Amino acid sequence: MALRNPGWKAATAILCLLVAVMVGAVGCGTQKVDTSKSVYKIGAVLSLSGPAAPLGLPEQNSLRMLEEQLNAGSGVNGHKVQFVIEDDQSNPATAATAIAKLINQENVSAMIGSSSTGATLAMVPVAMNSQVTQVCCAAGTAITKPPKKYIFRTPPTDSMAIDKVLGYLTGTLKVQKIAILHDANAYGTGGATELAAKAPTKGITVVANESYGSTDTDMTPQLTKIQQTPAQALVVWGTNPGPASIAKNMQQLGMKIPFIGSNGIANKTFITLAGAAANGVAFPGGNMLIPSSIPAGTPWRQAVDKFSADYKAKYSKDADTFAAHGWDAGLILTAAMKTAGTDKAKIQSAVQATKGLVGIDGTYTFTSTNHDGLNVNDLIMIKIENGAWTQIK
Amino acid sequence: MNTRDKGQQKLLWGSAIVVGLVVVITLIDKRSIGMQWLLSGLTVGSIYALVAMGFSVIYSSTRVINFAQGGFSMLGGMLMFSLSVSGKLPLWLGFILAVLIVTALGAGFERIVIHPMKDKSAITVIIVTIGLSIFMTAIAKWIWGTDPVKIAAFSGDKPIRFLGASLVPQSLWVFGLTLVAVALVFVFFNKTLLGKGMRAAANNPDAASLVGVSSSTSSLVAWTIAAGLGAAAGVVIAPINFAQYSAGTALGLKGFSAAVLGGLGSAPGAVVGGLVLGVLEQITAGYLPSGYKDAVAFVILILVLLVRPQGLLGRPEEVKV
Repeated sequence: MALRNPGWKAATAILCLLVAVMVGAVGCGTQKVDTSKSVYKIGAVLSLSGPAAPLGLPEQNSLRMLEEQLNAGSGVNGHKVQFVIEDDQSNPATAATAIAKLINQENVSAMIGSSSTGATLAMVPVAMNSQVTQVCCAAGTAITKPPKKYIFRTPPTDSMAIDKVLGYLTGTLKVQKIAILHDANAYGTGGATELAAKAPTKGITVVANESYGSTDTDMTPQLTKIQQTPAQALVVWGTNPGPASIAKNMQQLGMKIPFIGSNGIANKTFITLAGAAANGVAFPGGNMLIPSSIPAGTPWRQAVDKFSADYKAKYSKDADTFAAHGWDAGLILTAAMKTAGTDKAKIQSAVQATKGLVGIDGTYTFTSTNHDGLNVNDLIMIKIENGAWTQIK
Repeated sequence: MNTRDKGQQKLLWGSAIVVGLVVVITLIDKRSIGMQWLLSGLTVGSIYALVAMGFSVIYSSTRVINFAQGGFSMLGGMLMFSLSVSGKLPLWLGFILAVLIVTALGAGFERIVIHPMKDKSAITVIIVTIGLSIFMTAIAKWIWGTDPVKIAAFSGDKPIRFLGASLVPQSLWVFGLTLVAVALVFVFFNKTLLGKGMRAAANNPDAASLVGVSSSTSSLVAWTIAAGLGAAAGVVIAPINFAQYSAGTALGLKGFSAAVLGGLGSAPGAVVGGLVLGVLEQITAGYLPSGYKDAVAFVILILVLLVRPQGLLGRPEEVKV
């Protein structure tokens, strides 16, 4: 008999295996992307180069990971999902051109982006005119205040971070006089202005309000001025590496008042750069940075644990809050497209109707008057002790 | 001494007196705080000066402004990170290797990119150096990523007290390197045959080539020295300003301003320009709301250039038709 031939045996085995795989594939048809269905295209404008690249690159990583995971399953209702990503080079003008290109040439159904407030604000008019829903990963208050029909966001806003810091100053530190030292860029100036405006309502006097340039390396002149004031705490609003230089300069000058940072230093880079000077620094950040701050067994905790493990396995580095912003933006839009398909008006109403969607940053609920999905309770205060993060309860 | 040199002397002394007065008034007015501003300004200024010297070396030999100069410093800092932090080499070995690698790159760039353009105008070459700067940033981003990195200070972080002010030990390394660098560059261009020949080649390429210094050699040597200087600066300042792929642009801009302020093409001018810019910036940050710091620095630069287009220590360009 032919089957006695070992070669035939192997061939038969392979054939059986192939048949089994094909049967399996047909059997699990609902778990596969249907290639005959149109591809759902979502555009993303992110800062992949320039000063905001440390924000945009993890956001891109998350979107690529989400795309891969969705398409390994059934995509969105069997439609393959594709994120078409453009780099705005941290430049608002480039961001505006990029979104126009994605909407008009790539015919994307919805938009994500950008990473920074300036670039996002430049995209807003294009999205509004084209009536395309845009979910941004930037935290500037101006983006959703007042709410604009097609514009939504994922991260906690700068306002929420400021409220969190004010709560910490009055509730935990119990100080009445603070000094502010901020980056002269849009992020730092916006934060400092809002903080200085809100502080008096909480019984806090701002006794000094100083700034520094994003690329400055020595802030001792500003700090010596602050030393001459009765400030009981210093709030620093800026992103790396400025705040790390300030922490080192404070150590150099022997300044002992508490250093409270912004959500801009909610990353391990700050600890690496500032070294021992980072100890004692407190800042507002997302729960996902310290997963144990989320009650075990909740859907949120499970989502964060899975996301962090997947991200680490794929990119060999820890996911940060920016990665979470990108993921959540993709999640909100793909969830909306499950019911809305590619109809732009329906996507807008589906995103606006999002209620209790568990993301990584927190649980999203949008309404017609609130396009910030999160609230101040989605932030915690974190303190650096011995080079590690601990939650301040 | 002709009248032009006398005019130069007057202006130089005049500006030295003005800056000196600002410093003295600050010290009397604010005492130890003023001292802190001054030390801080000298540290920042030395960083500018080191980058400015690279601009000067290439400009004085080839009349090209190398906008990739900040990139050499960035590469020096990033390589130092790879060698001494990731590679765990001793600091001195990391320093030497980082400087050697960037020096070789500088020489390579000159041969591969700049040399073939020897017949093109200076402005064309300057635009190419801008491209080179963008290229270096992109490559560095690809290799090292976007996060700034930390390199440990050479002699620890324990602040040194000085007349009521404090400075980090790394500042002394920056001061030291600035002194050594300006001395070496000055000696090279004024005392060695090759250096003098290179200055001659910049003024009159044909005559210089008759005595054995071609503009081709001159350009190669200038780029090599500038790359080495830039790298050494990048390594020494990295513990203070954190090395990052994008650091070259900011360093280049401030270094260029310092070089123009001091007079393009003059190594001592680069140092004076850098220190003046740094000290005035930090004193401004101390006295005025700190947001005015950069504005004041650039207003001073514009004023100096209006009065004296060749910079504080520069010689007027003589264009013969």
